Amino acid sequence: MRGHFGQRLLQVLPTLLMVSLLVFLLQQLMPGDPALVLSGEEHDPQMIAQIRAELWLDRPLPIQYLHWLGGVLQGNLGFSWHIRQPVVDLVLTKLPVTLQLGCMAFVIAVLIGVPAGILSAVKRNSFWDYLANGVGLAGLSTPNFWLGIMLILLISVDLGWLPPSGYVPLSEDWRMSLATTIMPAFVLGNAIAAVLMRHTRSAMLTALDQDYVRTARAKGLSETVVVLRHALRNALVPVVTLGALELGTLLAGAVLTEQVFSIPGFGKMVVDAVFTRDYPVVQGVVLVTATIYTLLNLVADLLYVLINPRMRGA
Amino acid sequence: MRRALPAAVMVAMLAVIPPALAETLPTLRIAQTDDPDALDPTLGRSYAGRVVFASLCDKLFDINEKLDIVPQLATSYTWLDPTTLRIDLRHDVMFHDGTKMDAAAVKYSLDRHRTFPGSARRGEIATIDHVDVVDPYTVKLLLKTPSAPLLATLADRAGMIVSPKAAEAEGRDFALHPVCAGPFKFVERVAQDHITLERFDGYWNANTIHVGRVIFRTIIDNTATIANLRAGAIDIAGAIVPTNVAAVKADPKTRIVTFPALGYLRIEFNVGRGPRGQGPMANVKIRKAFEAAIDRAAINDVVYGGMYTPNAQAISPSSPYYDPGLPPPGRDLARARRLLAESGVKLPVSFTMNVPNSPTSLQTAEVIQSMVAEAGFDMKINAMEFATSLDANTQGDFETYLITWSGRPDPDGNLWSFLHSGPPGAGSATGYANPEMDRLLDDARAELDMPRRVALYRQVVQLAEQDLPIMNIYTPMNIVGLSAKMSGFSPVPDGLIRPQGLVVGK
Repeated sequence: MRGHFGQRLLQVLPTLLMVSLLVFLLQQLMPGDPALVLSGEEHDPQMIAQIRAELWLDRPLPIQYLHWLGGVLQGNLGFSWHIRQPVVDLVLTKLPVTLQLGCMAFVIAVLIGVPAGILSAVKRNSFWDYLANGVGLAGLSTPNFWLGIMLILLISVDLGWLPPSGYVPLSEDWRMSLATTIMPAFVLGNAIAAVLMRHTRSAMLTALDQDYVRTARAKGLSETVVVLRHALRNALVPVVTLGALELGTLLAGAVLTEQVFSIPGFGKMVVDAVFTRDYPVVQGVVLVTATIYTLLNLVADLLYVLINPRMRGA
Repeated sequence: MRRALPAAVMVAMLAVIPPALAETLPTLRIAQTDDPDALDPTLGRSYAGRVVFASLCDKLFDINEKLDIVPQLATSYTWLDPTTLRIDLRHDVMFHDGTKMDAAAVKYSLDRHRTFPGSARRGEIATIDHVDVVDPYTVKLLLKTPSAPLLATLADRAGMIVSPKAAEAEGRDFALHPVCAGPFKFVERVAQDHITLERFDGYWNANTIHVGRVIFRTIIDNTATIANLRAGAIDIAGAIVPTNVAAVKADPKTRIVTFPALGYLRIEFNVGRGPRGQGPMANVKIRKAFEAAIDRAAINDVVYGGMYTPNAQAISPSSPYYDPGLPPPGRDLARARRLLAESGVKLPVSFTMNVPNSPTSLQTAEVIQSMVAEAGFDMKINAMEFATSLDANTQGDFETYLITWSGRPDPDGNLWSFLHSGPPGAGSATGYANPEMDRLLDDARAELDMPRRVALYRQVVQLAEQDLPIMNIYTPMNIVGLSAKMSGFSPVPDGLIRPQGLVVGK
C-alpha cells in the first residue's frame, strides 16, 4: 500500500509538468495580445512595445516558458500583469476562500445527496423515490446563477436575513464568514447533491441486488444494518470517486456562483485573468488547481482501499 | 492569526485614545463592475482604477459638472507663452505619509509619469519637454509644442501628485501601498474583492469629507449589484445598465441619478487597411447609405430604454465643443437605396461586423442588421470575445467594428487618435487619412483660444461626418444607483464618484 502511494505520488510530477506546458501553449493559441489589453483604451504603439519588452513577450516562447518554470521551481509564480501583485499572494488569499466554499458545498451535497440516494434506492418506485428524483433533476437543471440571484432577492433583499454578497475570512469573524458563504455553498452544493444522489441510487440498486445482501438478510440482520453496513459500503466506491472529482470541479467550477455572490475565490480570479490576458495568474491558478485535483484523486484512491478491503493487495 | 494580533493591539489602543474621525463617521461602500488594475497613477490604465483614485489621489486640476477645468492641488495657472505653462500650488497640502506637497513633489511626480518604466502616462504628457521648479510653490511646464488638451490631461491621472518619499522607497511596488494627497489614505486591497481607504485627517480640504472610510467592492454581475444596493450592502453603484433602472426606481430605499457621459458607441469602418479594407465599406457612398438606413433613436429605444442620447459626433452634448448644428441624421431609406444605386454596387452588399460579445452590443448589432437589411445590406455579425476583437481591430482584420469609447473631457482625446493619419504605424485603426483632417486636428490641439478652438472642432466633426470613417451612434448616460440615505452626490460627466460633499445619512 505504501509502495502504491509512493508510486502514485511520483506520477504527479510529470502530470503537473504536462499541465503547465499545456496551459502555457493554450494561452498562446488564444487570440488577443496581452500587451494590447494592458495598454488600456488608447493603444499607443510605443507603450505596447514597452509593455512587451517589460513582460518578456518579445522573447521566443521556449524562453518565456523556461523563465516562468524556473520561477515556479523556486516557489515564485510571477506577478499579476494587471494588478501587479505577486501571484503567490493572490493564490494564498483566494485558495482558503475557495476551499472553504468548496468544503461547505461538498458537505451540503453529501448531506443531501447520499441519504436521498439511499432512500430512493431502498424505497424504489415509491413516492419517496419519485420525490428524490424530481428534486435531484431540478437541482441539476437549475442554473447556478439564477438560483443565486433568486436566493439573494428572497433571503437578502426581501427577508434581510443574510448579507447578499462579499466574503469575511473565517479567522476574522466565523459567524459572518458562515453567513456570507452559506448561500453560495448551498447553490454550489445543490447541483452536486443531485449528481451524488443519482449515483448513490444506482450504486445502491446494484448493491441491493447482490447475493451477499440476500445472504445478510437471510442471516436475519435488520434492514438498517443490511442497507447501511453491507450495501452502502460497497455502493460508496464509485460515489467516492465521483465525490473527489466533483470536489476538484468545485475549485474552478464555482465561477458563476462566485460572480453572483461576489466571492473573491479562485474561479473569479481565473476568469478575470483570462479576459485581461493576465497569463501569470492563469498559469499559477491552473497549476495550483491541477496539483490539488491530482492530490484529491490520490486521496480518493486511498479511500477506496479503506472502503474496499479487496483492493488492499493492489 | 496574522490579522488577529494587530487587531488586538488596535482594540487595546482604542481603549485609551479617543476614536479618530475615521472611526466615528459612517463608511461609504461603492460597487464597481470591474476590478481596478495597478493603484499607481503612473501605471494605472483602467476606468475602475480612476474611480478609486478620485478618493485616493488629488490632481493639479479637476473638471466640474460643466466640464470646466478647476484648480485642485493648483491654485491657478497662466500660459506665459504657448509652450510655457506656469502653475501655482496650494501651500497647505500634505501627503498621507505626512510629508509636504510642494513644487519639488510636483516636478518629481510629472517626471515619474514621463519616465517611469511602463508608465501609462508617458504618451499623454509627451508634449512636456521639462518641468522647472520656480519657487517652493510654483512650477513651470515647458512644452515641445503648444498643447490645449494638456490642462484636461492634468485633471486626470497625469496630474496626480504622489509622495516622492514613498515613491522612492516603494519603487515598482508603489501600487501596493500608494501614498498621495487625496482625502483618503490606502488601508488594504484584496484583489477582485475590495479596496479599503480611510479618512486622511490631514487632507487640505478635510471639511468636505463626511465619511470615515470608503470601501470599493467589485461586483461584476449587474443584477447582483442591484440586489446589494437594495439590501443596503452598498451605498453607491456606478454603471447601472438601463434595463435595471426600473428595479432601482421602484424601491423606496434606492434612487437613480442620470447625467450625460463623455463616451460614445461607434462603428469603425475599415477604409483601406489590408485586404479587408478593400470591401464595399471602403466606398464613402456605401457608408453614407449605411448611415441613412440606421435609425439611431430606435436603437436607443429598443436596446437602451430610450435613456441614451443619439449622437453623430464623438463629442458629448454636455461639452462646450459639441456642434449643435450637426444633429444626428434621421433614418432615410429612400436615400440609402438611392446612394447604393448610385454607387453601382451589386445588391445585397455583403459585409461583416465584429462585435464584442456583451449582450447589449450584440442586441445593438442585431437591430442594426435588420435596419440595414431593408436598404439592401447583408450584414453578418461576428461576435468576438473583447480582447480578441481588439486585436483584430489593431491588425486591420475587420470590415466594420462596433465598439464603445469611455470618453475624455477634452475633445482631442475623443478625436485625434481615431481620425488622424498619425505618425507611421500609429494612425487610426480605420486606415482613414485626410490631410485636411490632420491639419484641423493638429491646429485644434495647439489652439489655446477657446472660441477659435470650438470653431476648429466644428470643422472636424463636420468633415468626419462627411467622410464617415467612423459612425457614432449615441452618447451614453451615466446611471448611478444610490441608497436613499445618500446625499451630496455631484454628477460630473466623467462618471467618477467624488467623495467631496458626499453624506451617508442614517
